[in-house]
Amino acid sequence: MAVCLKTSRTALHYVRTRPGPAFTHLLNRTFFSCSSHHCNPRIISTNEYRVHSSFLGLGSRASQHSKALKVEDHDHSENEEWDFPGGKVPFTTKIKFTDDSSKDRIPCYRILDNCGQQIRSSTSEMISKELAVKLYSSMVTLQMLDTIFNEAQRQGRISFYLTSNGEEAINIASAAALSNDDVILPQYREHGVLLWRGFSLQEFANQLFGNRSDYGKGRQMPIHYGSNKLNYITVSSPLATQIPQAVGVAYSLKMEKRDACAVTYFGDGSSSEGDFHAGLNLAAVLEAPVIFFCRNNGWAISTPVTDQFRSDGIAAKGQAYGIPSIRVDGNDVLAVYDAVREAREMAIKEQRPVLIEALTYRVGHHSTSDDSTKYRAIEEIEQWKTARNPISRYRNWVESNGWWNEEQESELRGSIRKQLMNAIQVAEQIEKPLLADLFTDVYHEMPSNLQEQERSLTETMKKHPQDFPSGFAV
Amino acid sequence: MWGIVSRTAVNRGFSVSKSQFRCLVQGARNFSSKEMTVRDALNSALDEEMSADPKVFIMGEEVGEYQGAYKITKGLLDKYGPERVIDTPITEAGFTGIAVGAAYHSLKPVVEFMTFNFSMQAIDHIINSAAKSNYMSAGQISVPIVFRGPNGAAAGVGAQHSQCYAAWFGACPGLKVLAPYSSEDARGLLKAAIRDPDPVVFLENELLYGESFPVSAEALDSSFCLPIGKAKIEREGKDVTIVTFSKMVGFALKAAEILEKEGISAEIINLRSIRPLDRATINSSVRKTNRLVTVEEGFPQHGVGAEICASVVEESFEYLDAPVERIAGADVCMPYAANLERLAVPQIEDIVRAAKRICFRSTSMAATG
Repeated sequence: MAVCLKTSRTALHYVRTRPGPAFTHLLNRTFFSCSSHHCNPRIISTNEYRVHSSFLGLGSRASQHSKALKVEDHDHSENEEWDFPGGKVPFTTKIKFTDDSSKDRIPCYRILDNCGQQIRSSTSEMISKELAVKLYSSMVTLQMLDTIFNEAQRQGRISFYLTSNGEEAINIASAAALSNDDVILPQYREHGVLLWRGFSLQEFANQLFGNRSDYGKGRQMPIHYGSNKLNYITVSSPLATQIPQAVGVAYSLKMEKRDACAVTYFGDGSSSEGDFHAGLNLAAVLEAPVIFFCRNNGWAISTPVTDQFRSDGIAAKGQAYGIPSIRVDGNDVLAVYDAVREAREMAIKEQRPVLIEALTYRVGHHSTSDDSTKYRAIEEIEQWKTARNPISRYRNWVESNGWWNEEQESELRGSIRKQLMNAIQVAEQIEKPLLADLFTDVYHEMPSNLQEQERSLTETMKKHPQDFPSGFAV
Repeated sequence: MWGIVSRTAVNRGFSVSKSQFRCLVQGARNFSSKEMTVRDALNSALDEEMSADPKVFIMGEEVGEYQGAYKITKGLLDKYGPERVIDTPITEAGFTGIAVGAAYHSLKPVVEFMTFNFSMQAIDHIINSAAKSNYMSAGQISVPIVFRGPNGAAAGVGAQHSQCYAAWFGACPGLKVLAPYSSEDARGLLKAAIRDPDPVVFLENELLYGESFPVSAEALDSSFCLPIGKAKIEREGKDVTIVTFSKMVGFALKAAEILEKEGISAEIINLRSIRPLDRATINSSVRKTNRLVTVEEGFPQHGVGAEICASVVEESFEYLDAPVERIAGADVCMPYAANLERLAVPQIEDIVRAAKRICFRSTSMAATG
């Protein structure tokens, strides 16, 4: 009661100096703070209200004023909530902006230390020897095919190439944790995923040379692989367009009630595109079973991540869209495998999107059209290429289990090298696509104007062979 | 508003592909007294196609609870549920991307743009993904998607709500582009678009939504569809060919009635299909009349009329008795004030004057006569 008296004296003083809404606010406080610490808004009749204002000796003017207002408008206790559109939200009387980012960065999940030793015994089931060795040999294959195809471009045998150097763990381990029914929508640095699924070295080479055996019929520039059979949607150049498209694929899988999800890969740079934001937002709203896998390799051609965004990487963005997210050491095979496996289960069982940010480093240049030594220190590249190499780190772990040795290493490398050289030679010899392939697949059925153009072109080539390069099969 | 009842558009002497054969119009033998607005025609087409194929679904802003910004999707949410009629957040890029992805995985989305002006925010998905994927993947990725919505000038909505995109989309290989005029066009072409395995851009017109047209018994049947790539001769004539599409078809028909009184018999061709363009019908008509006027609401430079003129000059040059006349919207962003707006789009009188000019030509090219 003492509290009440004290407050009411204050109320009286306040009323005399400051009439108006503030008065009713204080009046409210006076009346209600006496009753409990945790006020619940309740409606009292205006009669009741008037009685109390006259109790405080404030006169009829006060009571007239108070008649117009309902009780719940005045409840300002910090424990009150309001049903705004979108749900209940607690109030605060402290004006405070959130920080631009959380004090602590989202931690990065890893299982192997820098040297490839297991840091702790994983709570997840460990992988079998067979799988462990397959993961390793696939990473080595990927590294070698990147090196040799890159060389082929340097020699002028293919026009363009880009490598996944430094990101072998991301490619192979993520692919291994998925099922073949999961539909992949890649960006362009995930050919290791396609390799894992069974795309052969010859098939890679055929696409690079754009020859008649290329599944793309020579329509696309190199590294734009695609395979319906392996559920790998053809690479598309515009960045991040695959993100909302993956949500669409996921929606389709959801409608079919399939035990599968969509998985889309993109880089740190692509997370700046509008499609990234639209895709994540829509995935959450539609509750689509999709895994968003961001390869944060630090560089978007010459743009470092500090110039790309100011958030705590990409993992921090997931929560903004209502999506569970994880940051993982992208150079740790076991951690990537584990994270993708968990994410897949979450996505399918709970029918929801999941975001994974894998931290790594782009050891190679952006592509054969780039010389990254122009914008970053050679020492930095070297460090990630050697000391922090995901392949040697994982090799240590595999060898420490007694599952690999130097002899197997040289045997593997020798064999892969031979296969690659052979694939390139064969691909180079296969003829280029037929003229007819210029006009097919624009539509499902070739329209008459294209049939006419084809006829006209064929005639012209016959009449004026000197105007056309040789080796053009009709 | 009485449109001209269709005659048999098919038997005009050109070969018809397998898919087109499925869509042959058998001919309206019965003059049905049933009238239908374009809005109802579109709604019924969507309803029937969704009923026939569970893979067809609709996506767009306000298409569900609001029954559609222009009520084209009225009643569909109640009938098919929120999984097949999806109200999206405001992101054209987002929902178009999703629809393209769903189409990659064999669903059949019908994406509604509140107006095609907003499709600009999703243009990459439409062109670089939807239009090109079948070609770039060498047939591995099909995109059976329909993009639909109002196109072109409405009334008093200003520059960012009035552009006609027929020429832009019509330039792109991989897309099919349709522009219905009457209710029968709307029904038949939308059904054809939904059934087509290729991506189709379906350009409607806001001011036509409320217009009523008679529809034949055939057109009311749920299996009805019109062939894509075939123009329709709305009115036969012998003095001048007037080629147009969408709302301008109505204007051209009115102009033809005025011209008739002055002794000029105009043949009105309703393109129905911007891509593929029915060059055969256009050229055979010009070879009969020897004069060509094209009419469109869109901007003149690189417009649909430009392509038609080029086609006729290339294929039927000797048959032309006068240079081709193009009527198009003014080469300005659409103004808002009603008087200015009226001056910025073609009117019936413009078509009448152009037809007279081309028929009674002297030497002057100035469009002042």
